[in-house]
Amino acid sequence: MATMVTSTKTVTKTGKGSGSKFPGPNGNGKKNGHEFLDADSRAHRYRIGMWVGLASIAMMFTALSSAYIVRAASANDWFPLAMPRVLLASTAIILASSATFEVARRKLKAPTVAAYSRWLLITAFLGLAFLVSQLIAWRQLRAQGVYLSTNPHSSFFYLLSAAHAIHLFGGLLALLYLLVRARHVLSDGAVDVRRRAAADAVGIYWHFMDVLWIYLFLLLFFWR
Amino acid sequence: MSETHEVHRHPAPTGFIRKYIFSVDHKVIGIQYIMLALAAVVVGMLMSLLMRLNLSWPGTKWSILETLFPAGAPGGVMNPEFYLSLVTMHGTIMVFFVLTTAPQGGFGNYFLPIQIGAEDMAFPVLNMLSFWVTFVGFIVILAAIFLSGSDSTVGPIGGWTGYAPLSALGAIAGPGQGMGMNLWIISIAIFCVGSLLGALNFITTLLNMRTRGMSLMRMPLTCWAWFTTAVLALLSFPVLLGGGILLLLDRTAGTSFFIPGGLYVSGVLSGSNPNFPLHTGGSPILWQHLFWFFGHPEVYIAILPGMGATSHILATFARKPVFGYRAMVFAIFAIGLLGFFVWGHHMFISGMSPYSAIAFSVLTLSIGVPSAVKTFNWIGTLWGARIRFSTPMLFALGFVSLFVAGGITGLILGQSSLDLPMHDTYIVPAHFHLVMGVASIFGMFAATYFWFPKMFGRLMNERLGQIHFWITFVGVYSIFVPMHVMGLVGMPRRFSSFTEYEFLKELHPLVVFVSIAAIITITIQLLFYFNVFWSMFKGKKAGDNPWEATTLEWNTTSPPPHDNFAGVIPSVYRGPYEFAVPGAPKDFLMQADSGAEVTSGNGHNGHKH
Repeated sequence: MATMVTSTKTVTKTGKGSGSKFPGPNGNGKKNGHEFLDADSRAHRYRIGMWVGLASIAMMFTALSSAYIVRAASANDWFPLAMPRVLLASTAIILASSATFEVARRKLKAPTVAAYSRWLLITAFLGLAFLVSQLIAWRQLRAQGVYLSTNPHSSFFYLLSAAHAIHLFGGLLALLYLLVRARHVLSDGAVDVRRRAAADAVGIYWHFMDVLWIYLFLLLFFWR
Repeated sequence: MSETHEVHRHPAPTGFIRKYIFSVDHKVIGIQYIMLALAAVVVGMLMSLLMRLNLSWPGTKWSILETLFPAGAPGGVMNPEFYLSLVTMHGTIMVFFVLTTAPQGGFGNYFLPIQIGAEDMAFPVLNMLSFWVTFVGFIVILAAIFLSGSDSTVGPIGGWTGYAPLSALGAIAGPGQGMGMNLWIISIAIFCVGSLLGALNFITTLLNMRTRGMSLMRMPLTCWAWFTTAVLALLSFPVLLGGGILLLLDRTAGTSFFIPGGLYVSGVLSGSNPNFPLHTGGSPILWQHLFWFFGHPEVYIAILPGMGATSHILATFARKPVFGYRAMVFAIFAIGLLGFFVWGHHMFISGMSPYSAIAFSVLTLSIGVPSAVKTFNWIGTLWGARIRFSTPMLFALGFVSLFVAGGITGLILGQSSLDLPMHDTYIVPAHFHLVMGVASIFGMFAATYFWFPKMFGRLMNERLGQIHFWITFVGVYSIFVPMHVMGLVGMPRRFSSFTEYEFLKELHPLVVFVSIAAIITITIQLLFYFNVFWSMFKGKKAGDNPWEATTLEWNTTSPPPHDNFAGVIPSVYRGPYEFAVPGAPKDFLMQADSGAEVTSGNGHNGHKH
């Protein structure tokens, strides 16, 4: 058995702030810690977490896309749907919502949050309008007698558009969260940094949902 | 105003529920994951025990079985479907709820933040959710045993790989394939979500929360292993989730992703019966691709944390730096990366083009290179060392032994020409149980004995640990080496008994031998359970650094306080394995030792200045 080491406490105590011969290139202590810096690190954390999360969402849609491509090629029962026209409107709406979100994010730099909240609200309404137009597309297809199990292409259309809609709904909830947070009065710099980080992270997600829909739209109706 | 105060992001909770049940403390969550694995492994082991009993003494009446599963074991004799469902549930529970939860969710959760000098994970609430989501997944998989929709089995019968079309057809495909299979898919989907939340947290924590001076190349190899594992989980579980959704739709919504046309199952033609709707054109092979694209990285998710722990423990008990730290890091990465390009080697007999098979073969064999780098570096670490043979070290050495013994057959099975005759014989379970099952478990045993004093402030009993090691070590070889022989003779996997095959009859003594070895090995695990729970309360007090180790977790108290370092986060001044540094006052220098400058001869300091 090894002997006990008892001298670690002093080492711990002198560890931080005693100056370092090797400057720490990473980690959250770039300068000696202040609350603001910590908030900065937390802000960075939201963005990293969002990108990492999007990587996994992208992987799921990649898997479903490859299933789509393989399934399309593997049998002679592949009869593509005619595109419901309303999907063009969906696409336009979601593109517009990305633009309005960017406007909102720019307004965040202004001293007042009123404009920020207003543009967030517009973005949320556009998001809702997108979901409604998707619903209209599904109802139109259903009225034509095209269901989930009608043929492989309709299966993939319902599946992919629903999976995207569920993710977009999550984005809507995040927008509502930003709206609620925007009502709080700014007290100090740390809160400001965190609010911007939250807006940035939601923005990344929202734009990703936009790009994802464009991709799915092209895959479903223009990939042959 | 120092940073001492602001690091208390969430004060230590006081109520029992917030402290031990819905805790956001990564240490409590880590222990919860370990407890979940300790419970799940009992279920999985009992299932393997039942399988061994049936294989070696077929036809024996086990009255307890008749009581518990009256239709699965009529008259106390197990029927083949019951056996198949044991195969399925043993594999599923072991792979998902033991080999994925304990190494990563358990030890990773507990020690990754401490080893990089963070107070908690990046997203503590998400961390709590990831455990409870996983827990719900476990409840659902247990429900699949009891609500399988058919009383003759203990769950679905399609194996842990859930191959279509058997898995895609519903109750018509066999007992347990109705509601049992639905619950199986739902459980796996839930598990995917839990793992993804965990992986997101691991990656963000490691990238964002390292303490001052903890550069990437100063991280302990355990952290590299957990990080790579998290990346693998992040990129592979979504694929399984996507496949699972397609499978569930095939079963419940009448789609045909995986079900080909014109199937005739249990006397019913597809489309001629409301129980079996019309399907056309689906591709069963598509499921195999999606499943194995996840499934192969999954085996590295199971083994990489064990590799990390082994490197860590070998250096500590050999009192030498890890040989070739940098090469070890790149080997971990290479194994993780290559793991994404070899899934086809599980599908050599699926009718794939021989050219694809060659490509998959070559890529598979190339994993031998980073694996050999790791193995030789482990040996290099041990070379000429004055080794302290404590229990953690014994299990780490056992890991190396099992990894080599199991990995060698990977080189055989990875070649399509050899795999064709060996596929679905006992050599396959022999291979993956050694390299992925038992080796990972040995890694976790090593980690348990090593970190137990940090987690509970008390050492595990050394004598019981040594007995546990030697019997388990001899036991697992006695179980799995004979299986190679059975496989070469041609004994097929998944069969519930071999009494009807003339050419297998002379193997029966070997089958009985394996079963006896399994019974002894399983029984001796009681000693481990006893040791864990006894030592928690009665073990010898450990102190802060009982193994004279170097990394940050040994800088804090045992067990660590709620925020890990009592508000004073250590800075890091050197690499993780500075043992036997020439000119140093002790034979080890801790990462947080800022002390006298020493001439760093063989310490692995990532930063050359």
